Amino acid sequence: MRRIISILLENEPGALSRIVGLFSQRAFNIESLCVAETDEPSLSRITISTFGDDKILEQITKQVNKLVDVIKVADLTERPHIEREIVLVKVLAMNNKTRTEVMRISDIFRGDIVDVGKQIYTVQLTGDEDKISSFISILSNETEIIEVVRSGTVGIARGEKALRA
Amino acid sequence: MTIERLSGAHLLTKALAELEVEYIFGYPGGSVLDIYDAIFQQDKVSHILVRHEQAATHMADGYTRATGKCGVVLATSGPGNTNCITGIATAYMDSIPMVVLAGQVASSLIGGDAFQETDIVGCSRPIVKHSFNCRDVNDIPNVLAKAFYLAETGRPGPVVVELPKDILNPDIKVPFVLNKDVKIRSYNPNVKGHSKQIKKAVEKIVNAKKLVVYTGGGIILANAAEQLTALVERLNAPCTNTLMGLGGISGLHDNFIGMLGMHGTAEANKAMANADIILALGARFDDRVTNKVEKFCPNATIIHVDIDPTSISKTVSAHIPIVGLVDVVMAQINKELDDVGYQSSADTFKDWWQDINQWRKLNSFSYETKEDLIKPQQVVEAVYKHTNGDAYVCSDVGQHQMFAAQYYPFKNPRQWINSGGLGTMGFGFPAAMGVKLAFPDSHVVCITGDGSIQMNIQEMSTCLQYDIPVVIVSLNNRSLGMVRQWQDMIYGGRHSSSYMESLPDFVKLAEAYGHVGMQVNHPDELDDAIKEAFAIKNRLVFVDVLVDENEHVYPMQVRFGAVDDMWLKKGEKV
Ligand SMILES: Cc1ncc(C[n+]2csc(CCOP(=O)(O)OP(=O)(O)O)c2C)c(N)n1
Ligand SMILES: [Mg+2]
Repeated sequence: MRRIISILLENEPGALSRIVGLFSQRAFNIESLCVAETDEPSLSRITISTFGDDKILEQITKQVNKLVDVIKVADLTERPHIEREIVLVKVLAMNNKTRTEVMRISDIFRGDIVDVGKQIYTVQLTGDEDKISSFISILSNETEIIEVVRSGTVGIARGEKALRA
Repeated sequence: MTIERLSGAHLLTKALAELEVEYIFGYPGGSVLDIYDAIFQQDKVSHILVRHEQAATHMADGYTRATGKCGVVLATSGPGNTNCITGIATAYMDSIPMVVLAGQVASSLIGGDAFQETDIVGCSRPIVKHSFNCRDVNDIPNVLAKAFYLAETGRPGPVVVELPKDILNPDIKVPFVLNKDVKIRSYNPNVKGHSKQIKKAVEKIVNAKKLVVYTGGGIILANAAEQLTALVERLNAPCTNTLMGLGGISGLHDNFIGMLGMHGTAEANKAMANADIILALGARFDDRVTNKVEKFCPNATIIHVDIDPTSISKTVSAHIPIVGLVDVVMAQINKELDDVGYQSSADTFKDWWQDINQWRKLNSFSYETKEDLIKPQQVVEAVYKHTNGDAYVCSDVGQHQMFAAQYYPFKNPRQWINSGGLGTMGFGFPAAMGVKLAFPDSHVVCITGDGSIQMNIQEMSTCLQYDIPVVIVSLNNRSLGMVRQWQDMIYGGRHSSSYMESLPDFVKLAEAYGHVGMQVNHPDELDDAIKEAFAIKNRLVFVDVLVDENEHVYPMQVRFGAVDDMWLKKGEKV
């Protein structure tokens, strides 16, 4: 089962490598990983999208929590939450027909064309993992995809619940 | 008042002294010469020059296991640091506190493949509790204080501190600031058991018909042996220890049913298999204990107390998990027993003890002696006899390790010192040296094998230099006995590379290093030889005992079986 783990940790050199090392050392999966500073510059926030059964997930959260740099860990998928990913897709847009089609599909998905070249369009789209995957697959039916860059998922709990130091 | 200004290297030695470090085990090299110069100019901390950095880590480790105080290692960048890896991993697997001061090339050179540059923090990352890249000379004392605090608290473990050469520069002097009251916001090690869980656990314990108290290294690390013994007596329950937990309750105590697991007693493994309640204290259901996890104690309710949440339900799922310091949780359990008015009587577990005493009659540690061949078990018994059971026993890894664990009942915690988790051959001798430095007036023996001893035998030179008179008793079976045993049992007796065809003359070797060497090869001479070895107090004695090379360690769990599926002897299963 797919899970999203949120980690609040010290913004220190080596902290990220400990997290990544832990996942590979213990044969936990990483589907995507996002990391950046928070509003409080001494803290970083990591979102990891992973999968595994309940027993593995329990080990993942406990093992991450055990790292000295880690302040808090939460499994976002346990309760209502919002998840977002951003994708940049570069596609071939050779003729009017494909150009119109790419624009139409982008509109439906509420994407933006952010760069236009002689024969290419670059589309930007945000959404959850499902939306982005289906966008890419639909685009690929209409034209040739040259490059896809996905940011990986970030997530936050709905309502009052917050992950803070 | 003028504030004292010191160079990084002097800050380091001063901080170590203030943190009450007695010994540094180390080896010099380019990146740490400033530290060595600072060590030379002070007399609070003694440096022990080893002959190989791996031995330094095991010496620090042995010192720590015997005293409870965090050992310190110093090594130079590159090969000095990489030589420490095995010892760091050994300490990590057994949760032993250790601080490794790792020299590094100057900050300006880091990342450029400089001479003797290795990323030791990266190399050691999976086998440390934590590590620090110290980059500012001002930070040195407080980074050290943090390193010791992390190494010693919570679930203990090794901590690596990387020190680039430029921050040790004798010309750059800064004020000495050391804050011993360490707080780390992301780290909170003092945990009490959850009161609801304690209540649940006590309810189970009070109503148990077949209770087993199963304890591990956590009891030793927490200095909780007395408390454990009191709890076991109060419950009148049988108690079994893991290999790491031996000495948690006296090996001579009536309630002690022996070590459990792969080479444990029949009564311990049978009791586990038949228990209705298992109270696990500071033990981690290692695969050398459980045998096949799916077949492990299917009818028992498991109460698992551990400081490390990741240890709980990692292999065997716990029904009542309790995260907390094991001494604190035992006090909570006692208090709850008081509150529910618990009283045990002579009848408590009467039927259960009857079962256990039946299993005891299997006499699973019995062995046959021979007229002209020394059995390895006999050697351990002789060592027990001539040390009054009071020695610190350090072992290497192999059959001799299991014989030592089986035939030397440990009365006290910290008396039995072995690499249980990693199983590091070469651990025993340097570990014994660390113990002897801490307890020069006690018997300290290294029970080893002809294979293991050769993995750190060069330390005989260190023993001469610092006058460390340990007794080495080698159960010399002319083979890698434990490997050979598996080859006998699983590989049709094909002894692929388990036979040592070119052993040195250990007696001459000991003498060449300036020590006393003895060889014994007849059962009639054994007792006198061991007696003599322990009577020599001020010299290192190497006793090379030629033992039966065909002996196997029994009992032994049947592979992939339940916890109590065991071979008692060749061809005899229970
Ligand atoms: C560093 C290391 N290498 C290999 C092993 C695998 N191993 C376990 S026991 C053993 C044989 C040990 O031989 P010896 O020290 O003579 O002890 P014996 O079993 O003969 O008593 C070996 C090779 C190990 N535990 N450690
Ligand atoms: Mg041997």
